[in-house]
Amino acid sequence: MSADALGVPGGVPGLGAGGGTEWETVVGLEVHAELATETKLFSASRNRFGGEPNTHIDPVSLGLPGSLPVLNQKAVELAIRVGLALNCRIQRSVFARKNYFYPDMPKDFQISQYDQPINVEGWLELPTGKRVGIERAHLEEDTGKTVHVGGAGRIHEAGYSLVDYNRAGVPLVEIVGRPELRSAEEARQYVAELRAILVAVGASDGKMEEGSLRVDCNVSVRPMGSDRLGTRCEIKNVNSLRSLGRAIEYEARRQIDQLTTGRPVEQQTRHWDEHAGRTHALRSKEEDYDYRYFPEPDLLPLDPSPAWVEEIRQGLPPLPRDRRLRLAKAVPSADAGHIALAVERSLDDLALAAIGGGGAPERVMTHVVHNLADGAGMLAAEALAGLVQMEEAQKLTATQAKKVLAVLAGKGGSPEQAAQQLGFEAMDAGELEALVDSLTAEHAEEWSRFCEGDAKLTGFFVGQVMKATRGRADGKAVTELLNARRR
Amino acid sequence: MTAVEPMTAVEIAVAVKSGRRSARSVVDEHLSAIQAGDPEVHAFNLVAAAQARARADEIDAAVASGRDPGPMAGVPVALKDNLCTRGMATTCSSRILEGWVPPYDAAVVERLRDAGAVVVGKTNMDEFAMGSSTENSAFGPTRNPCDHSRVPGGSSGGSAAAVAAGFAPVGLGSDTGGSIRQPAALCGVVGVKPTYGLVSRYGLVAFASSLDQIGPFTTTVADSAAVLDVISGPDGRDSTSIGAPQPRVADTLDDGVEGLRIGVLAELSGDGVAPDVAARLRAAVGALESAGARVAEASVPAAVYGLSAYYLIAPAEASSNLARYDGVRYGLRVDASSTPGMNTATRSSGFGDEVKRRIMLGTYALSAGYYDAYYGKAQKVRTLIVNDFASVWEQFDLLVSPTSPTTAFPLGERTADPLAMYMSDVCTVPVNLTGQAAMSVPYGVGHDGLPVGVQILAPALGEPVMFRAAAVLEASL
Repeated sequence: MSADALGVPGGVPGLGAGGGTEWETVVGLEVHAELATETKLFSASRNRFGGEPNTHIDPVSLGLPGSLPVLNQKAVELAIRVGLALNCRIQRSVFARKNYFYPDMPKDFQISQYDQPINVEGWLELPTGKRVGIERAHLEEDTGKTVHVGGAGRIHEAGYSLVDYNRAGVPLVEIVGRPELRSAEEARQYVAELRAILVAVGASDGKMEEGSLRVDCNVSVRPMGSDRLGTRCEIKNVNSLRSLGRAIEYEARRQIDQLTTGRPVEQQTRHWDEHAGRTHALRSKEEDYDYRYFPEPDLLPLDPSPAWVEEIRQGLPPLPRDRRLRLAKAVPSADAGHIALAVERSLDDLALAAIGGGGAPERVMTHVVHNLADGAGMLAAEALAGLVQMEEAQKLTATQAKKVLAVLAGKGGSPEQAAQQLGFEAMDAGELEALVDSLTAEHAEEWSRFCEGDAKLTGFFVGQVMKATRGRADGKAVTELLNARRR
Repeated sequence: MTAVEPMTAVEIAVAVKSGRRSARSVVDEHLSAIQAGDPEVHAFNLVAAAQARARADEIDAAVASGRDPGPMAGVPVALKDNLCTRGMATTCSSRILEGWVPPYDAAVVERLRDAGAVVVGKTNMDEFAMGSSTENSAFGPTRNPCDHSRVPGGSSGGSAAAVAAGFAPVGLGSDTGGSIRQPAALCGVVGVKPTYGLVSRYGLVAFASSLDQIGPFTTTVADSAAVLDVISGPDGRDSTSIGAPQPRVADTLDDGVEGLRIGVLAELSGDGVAPDVAARLRAAVGALESAGARVAEASVPAAVYGLSAYYLIAPAEASSNLARYDGVRYGLRVDASSTPGMNTATRSSGFGDEVKRRIMLGTYALSAGYYDAYYGKAQKVRTLIVNDFASVWEQFDLLVSPTSPTTAFPLGERTADPLAMYMSDVCTVPVNLTGQAAMSVPYGVGHDGLPVGVQILAPALGEPVMFRAAAVLEASL
């Protein structure tokens, strides 16, 4: 996809000495997501990350003479799922050849979609409620990977290069967002939300670190209040949410520096160097390839029937945005960030079921947000509801509940059983009172100092109780008993 | 010209299946003919004698054990060297692919082998099928068996010559702008360009994907029908393959042309056609009328732009299809200090002049700023030609024209003049742009004693009717 649609070239107008101008960062993202299919986009080779080099290959994915592409219907279905989840219009599309020479591209052209992509005109809503336009989300094939050997892996110094075609022909959707993001933070939110959607609809595993989600950022700046886009640069090699934010912040600063010192921003493709924390120019607009797109003659136009699209729509799971709304409704007091976190961890269904099963909403959320960072494991919703009820009934302390939860997540079962096994069976009030009485008698000197107002001794007595009960007692209840007995 | 007993493919299959002839003796005879005649003709890039004999023995063993080896039992087949053959080098007559051995068979090769045919070798061609005389081969030209000083036509000149010389009763070629029909006409054999999508292109090394189609060369119309019935049909590995099975052509071969409406295609039969070729076309029209067809003049006005559109669309697709010959994965590699340098050195050294010329033409036609004026406009012309033909098919069942404006021309005559060479395709190109069926049937000789071919054109999937007319012409000689 050419990035031409993403910004209008041209300088930022009205720049004086630069002092005092307030600047706005404008970001448009192009996200490539590998689709989670069994096989490649145009052949039967497996679509798997890793593997011995050149083991997931065949005549088509190697581009051998005489081989022909055959479209993978599952990839089309996943692309349509992505389009629907991004509120796109699904349309008749045409595959096109994007021609350029590169050794990891076996045919020296990439089969992509150009002027007639499958998904157009959608939007994505950030957790803040802001909607970001999606220009298109089209299907294309991935390239192989080149490893430069020698010269510290740098292409110009390498002794030779090795190519692994395992990834060649893996299906991708390229999601082209409009330049409507206004900060590094918004860009991060956008990618996080997009990833959540892709994972939710089963289209991709969303792993940036394995390259199944790759982000190119188009960054420009302009004086605050201007409605014209500045000259943009495209930043490549952004491999994590963290580097996305850093790269955008660096690049915006660089462009502002340029402009405030009277040097125009040159339209360029730039490389993010994670180690150095800066971008450097790869090529200028003039050096850009002429891709000579034309319709791929070996494939027919793709025209999914409205019935099929509708069937796919019906099969879509609830999307992160809907799930956040649902959970927020069930826990009105919850912080928006916690709601988002619960959905991101896919713990919202569990939370809703536990609340439905009688668990107090706030306490359920507390566990989901703070105690289940590694996921729910074997924890059943009824067990979570039961656990929360035990806490509410003061049969378990917060500390005990956390330990019980860990057991439930690890091997399942009921909270009562787990609590018992941990020796947390509830002490009845009489037992605790008797224990407190015997301990205050045993430590008469400390007790009298406590009674004289030495608050530090609260801890001493709670500790004694805990020691005697091996942690079963509720510290809060002990403190209350101590205060009640103070003379 | 040949020592081989002139049996047709159909006769060989019947004889082998019945046990009257062994496949081995048939293959041995043809291999002997190749050995005797091919040093002069140079139809073959590669003769697979040992593999052919082993395969023939398998066929004979099958017959001996009572199994049916199939409708092509023991029939020697010569394959154009752009059809992939597992374990057998496939060069497209280019240095850049020299030594490349495909790991798979083309769909047509699979089907022929499954039908009992025996591949005897790979035939010479214009490099990557770009040419009309087989002189653009990196391995030297093929000579016309009818007159060794003449070209056999092209680009499938090797297969046409192999059949004409009696080296094999069946040849396969590919036809992008006339590359089967024109050499068939110039060598005096039958050559068929089937409807686009009727024969799977899987394993055909692409020249221009939207125009390429594989078809047979044979000495008789019935043999071409039999081969077409074997190689045609749906194939899931080619997305442009027609999904529905079509009726067998051989079943209606003898149904005649009584009552058929046949048009003489004015735009392809007038100016520029040599008088002796035009005379043979008139004779053919007479034969069709005598057999009961109603013949009238037909006009496809846009057909005159066919050649111009073709020489933009075909090079454009070729420029992309041939990009993969970059020295990275297979074939020739000429080393240099950088990858782009290696790509350039490999392609500069590996491709011949005509291929380079067309890659440049095609690259230009697709370039930013020129696309609309060239490739885009050519596609519009293509649509015009399709539309013009569509209205003609409302009035006619078939059309006829010369296959080539001239008989076989002398070797070297047009090599220095690409435009004159391109004009050889003027009659054959329109049908590739429309995807329709067409074939060339030998119909006597011109004043120089060299063969003349008559082209029969049919609407898409009109092969059964087209073959009926071809059979009538053949019988009228």
